[in-house]
Amino acid sequence: MNVISTHIGQPVSRIDGVAKVTGQAKYAAEPHPPGMLYGVIVNSPIARGRIETIHDTGAREVPGVVEVMTHHNRPHTALFEKSYMDGLGVPGAPYRPLHDGEIHFNGQPVAVVLAETFEAAREAAMLVRVDYERWPHNADFEAALHQKYMPSKTRSNYVPPKPRGDAAAAYALSAVKIESRYHLAPEHHNPMEMHATTVIVEDDGTFTVWDKTQGPQAVQAYLASALSLSKDQVRVRNPYVGGAFGSGLRTVYNVFIATLAVKMLKRPVRVTLTRPQMFTHAFRPEATMDIALGASRDRALQSMIVEGVTDTSRFEHNMENIVIWGLINYKCPNAKADYKIAPRDTYTSSDMRAPGAATGVNLLEMAIDEMAYACTMDPLAFRLHNYSDSDAMHDMPLTSKALRDAMAQGAQHFGWHDRSMAPGSMRDGRELIGWGMATGIWDAMFSPTSARARLGQDGRLHIATAASDIGTGTYTILAQTAAEAFGMPLERIDIELGDSTLPECPTEGGSWTAASAGAAVWLACHSLRKKLIDMLVKSKNTPSWVKQDAVTLEGGALHGMTENGRVSLSLPDALSLAGHDMLEAEETAKPGLRGKISQMRKARFTHSAVFCEVRVDPELDTVRVTRLVNAVAAGRIMNPKTAASQIRGAMVMATGMALHEESLMDERVGRFMNHNFAEYHIPTHADVPDMDVLFVNEHDDEVSPLGVKGVGEIGMCGTAAAIANAIFHATGRRYHNLPITPGART
Amino acid sequence: MRSFSYARPATLAEACRSAEHTRFLAGGTNLIDLMKSDVERPAHVVDIKSLPMHHIVDRPDGGLRLGALVTNADTAAHPLVTDRYPLLASAILAGASPQIRNMATNGGNLNQRTRCHYFYDPAMACNKRSPDTGCAARGGRNRIMAVLGTSDACIATFPSDMCMALAALNATVNLHGPQGERTVSLRDYHCLPGDTPWRDNILQPGEIVTAIDLAPAPFGPHHTYLKIRDRLSFAFAIVSVAVGLQMKEGRIMRGSIALGGVATKPWCVPEAEALLDGRAPSHSLFRDVAERLLHGAVADRDNAAKIRLTPRVIERALWQAASGTPQSQMDKTIR
Ligand SMILES: Cc1cc2nc3c(=O)[nH]c(=O)nc-3n(C[C@H](O)[C@H](O)[C@H](O)COP(=O)(O)OP(=O)(O)OC[C@H]3O[C@@H](n4cnc5c(N)ncnc54)[C@H](O)[C@@H]3O)c2cc1C
Ligand code: SF4
Repeated sequence: MNVISTHIGQPVSRIDGVAKVTGQAKYAAEPHPPGMLYGVIVNSPIARGRIETIHDTGAREVPGVVEVMTHHNRPHTALFEKSYMDGLGVPGAPYRPLHDGEIHFNGQPVAVVLAETFEAAREAAMLVRVDYERWPHNADFEAALHQKYMPSKTRSNYVPPKPRGDAAAAYALSAVKIESRYHLAPEHHNPMEMHATTVIVEDDGTFTVWDKTQGPQAVQAYLASALSLSKDQVRVRNPYVGGAFGSGLRTVYNVFIATLAVKMLKRPVRVTLTRPQMFTHAFRPEATMDIALGASRDRALQSMIVEGVTDTSRFEHNMENIVIWGLINYKCPNAKADYKIAPRDTYTSSDMRAPGAATGVNLLEMAIDEMAYACTMDPLAFRLHNYSDSDAMHDMPLTSKALRDAMAQGAQHFGWHDRSMAPGSMRDGRELIGWGMATGIWDAMFSPTSARARLGQDGRLHIATAASDIGTGTYTILAQTAAEAFGMPLERIDIELGDSTLPECPTEGGSWTAASAGAAVWLACHSLRKKLIDMLVKSKNTPSWVKQDAVTLEGGALHGMTENGRVSLSLPDALSLAGHDMLEAEETAKPGLRGKISQMRKARFTHSAVFCEVRVDPELDTVRVTRLVNAVAAGRIMNPKTAASQIRGAMVMATGMALHEESLMDERVGRFMNHNFAEYHIPTHADVPDMDVLFVNEHDDEVSPLGVKGVGEIGMCGTAAAIANAIFHATGRRYHNLPITPGART
Repeated sequence: MRSFSYARPATLAEACRSAEHTRFLAGGTNLIDLMKSDVERPAHVVDIKSLPMHHIVDRPDGGLRLGALVTNADTAAHPLVTDRYPLLASAILAGASPQIRNMATNGGNLNQRTRCHYFYDPAMACNKRSPDTGCAARGGRNRIMAVLGTSDACIATFPSDMCMALAALNATVNLHGPQGERTVSLRDYHCLPGDTPWRDNILQPGEIVTAIDLAPAPFGPHHTYLKIRDRLSFAFAIVSVAVGLQMKEGRIMRGSIALGGVATKPWCVPEAEALLDGRAPSHSLFRDVAERLLHGAVADRDNAAKIRLTPRVIERALWQAASGTPQSQMDKTIR
């Protein structure tokens, strides 16, 4: 599509900013319907076993308590496991909240107390006592590694690694070799807003479910299917989401339990999770990657062998693409990879920002750095030396890959060329200074999405799609897109998102929303414009200068030329002439034939080059990240301001991955122990350095209709490795385990 | 949180008359959290904020009296504190966040409870929370736990930063209880866990900390508070060291050291401090002092790194103090 940019590409501030900072924006736990009950969930302290008895007498005696719902007294739910499948398509037997007395993981909900006040519900929840029969369990990752397996049915987005050449033989013959096990600790998403649901019972008996989710239509489908309700009985809304990072990709148990309680009590209910309860569902899996790299004397990679394992639960087979990235991104004639999952008696690990790549790219890029040093070559030069212009794993061309430009511009901006190669060679007082870099890669995805554009008599353009803005800036970029497509000032555009009744949009994730919803809005606006002019042309009162190709739409009015010069028609007037008080158009953006052929023939990725400076006190094990530069090649940048925020936010998160974040599993009980913000450390302001984000010019008409690749996740990929590599450059110490905390294992 | 009665007495005498199962409420930054987590379950909450303990006053000997209800923030910013006890101001500023320090009080800081993950989680066995139920931290994820002063029953640290400076300053705690008033040295205020880890300190039922007294400090610029933690701000210490040195002509006349983050109470070893008497700063001296301070340290499953790291932090802190270049809590560079 040919996009002339008046609005797209401009650094527009968030159009929902004022609503958010003034409290107008309503989040899932904020609606307060009359007669609402508060639900507080009681969780299992054991990992495996069976509930023997639930003692709820004490809880029921607390004034204000209305019900204690458990698997014994809950209303009817769907019979079959497959009815509990959610949108993410993780194979296995999905966990069914309050289904029966069997305990599958520590933190599993066993009861919910419903009361007139939050205080009563919380106090009563503390009084519920449960006797369990304990069964043996394993929650230890090391032990689970012995049971690693490849499930017979894989996740739909799983990309099996494709070998090339003879990696083992080439490795044996390589002049330079490195081999190590790398490890990433499990992490929790920990968005600021905790998961919460408020269910409103409408006058007609239907349920409006306010839920913190990334996919209102996925939650609607899940609730309808799991609770045996018809789809029009449930409407799911999530107009505002206080961060999610993937924690809201799957349906979290609070929404099921809240809606189940409404089914039971016929009263509105709100259930909010506590911060500790945020550690009882989705988390980024723990991972190991065994990486062996071989290079020739002339520093060309000859062999790459990657074996990766991530953990999953005992009941579902969660998979991530952790082992493929090096095979795709590097030219290396011999490569193979293997991936398996290791079962633990925990909840199922899940997608967290850049799932697979955050783990796989960062751990691999640490190994690539080691290989560069083993070859005595500058790490940037080594990457350029082994650069692949195609998807080397599928031997497929790419729609675009401006990574070379990203490396060059990032290096220039950072001043990389002043770096001295030897570890420990840069010092300031007691601090050793290290400069490290890494590259990043992430999918550029596009999913079929629908949107509706409606022009009203008030002259405003109303755009609607069931997308979720999880804090990324979707409202803003869709308004920019509509403004561009319809020639409308930004202030006269309303965006409506986060409602299952709106035109179909896939769950927000994978950085595909900008490309997909953007394209849908673009099409809907163009279709509306065409429709309007068609109708005007047909109407006999319309001035004769109004013709399909002769008019322009600009500044919220139609313009054309007559002998007497330029003439205009306001949109409300145009609507009246067309004989309507409202006009709307709905369109679906999907690949189309050309797009499908392109998807088969060409691979599509976003790329980045990250540069980092750290200062390390080698005696005291302290690390300060003092500079980060990320040069990103992500096709068209819809809004450099919101896009740079996405990259910066991801770099902060990746700083946490490199230095701070670790969910501490006590495998004796299968429970994450540091389940609060005092002890689960995310970076503070003091930990966040100056960060510069550069967007590299990358024109790509093929990747998606608007040439957009998406920027939500690429900032995670490579940043943690750049930090670890900088620490090596500072100290000469190679850490193979993330996070690198004081006293951490190397 | 469970239901409780609430009272806000106007006099000390009234407050001290509190019944059993009472907790005093000061800033609430610790107590309220623990009540929400169902760790503390007081039947009665006695809010002491109306009691007259809100001032910092000069003492006849040139020292200071810090009221128990003065906030950590106000204490750290008080001109008499920054002037005479910069070590104390520094330690306070090394802890928590500005928002918490604005609420937290001096009395509350002394009486804050451990951050042991297992103590905080009522689903886990903990002798400190529920006497004689066992200690789940042993053999568990105990990277943050203590290596000094532990017992079979408990290995939790006492997490305060402020109290490490108070210990190095040899502060005195003033108490008011049903039996009247008494004073106790800060160094003797907190208890080793022994067989009774549920007793954090020597406070008797109904007793209130009214003030903390500081004698004149002879350290001049020769002090530091050096804290190593998992991130650069807003995290409890992995190791912290409070040091004050009385120096004369390049020699240390007397030294005072307290270790935090590694022990079950502010960790002071008079024998280690005595090694400094009359000596000139040197690597070997500081190494000996560090070794003596760490004497008897035992690691459990995950916290052996503390034993390796702590001597280096002690040595660095001693150098900072000896050189008269105390650690800045604003600039995160450690010199
Ligand atoms: C997220 C977080 C991070 C923190 N980080 C740090 C840190 O890095 N370093 C650090 O040192 N601290 C840190 N703290 C702890 C903080 O310093 C304490 O919570 C605070 O000092 C407690 O003071 P308060 O007045 O709020 O006490 P409260 O919560 O009111 O009371 C705490 C306890 O002391 C008792 N108490 C209070 N006053 C008296 C009195 N006068 N006499 C007798 N008993 C009394 C109460 O009964 C209660 O048992 C942190 C706290 C939080 C929540
Ligand atoms: S270390 Fe102490 S506080 Fe922690 S679980 Fe053991 S007894 Fe409880």
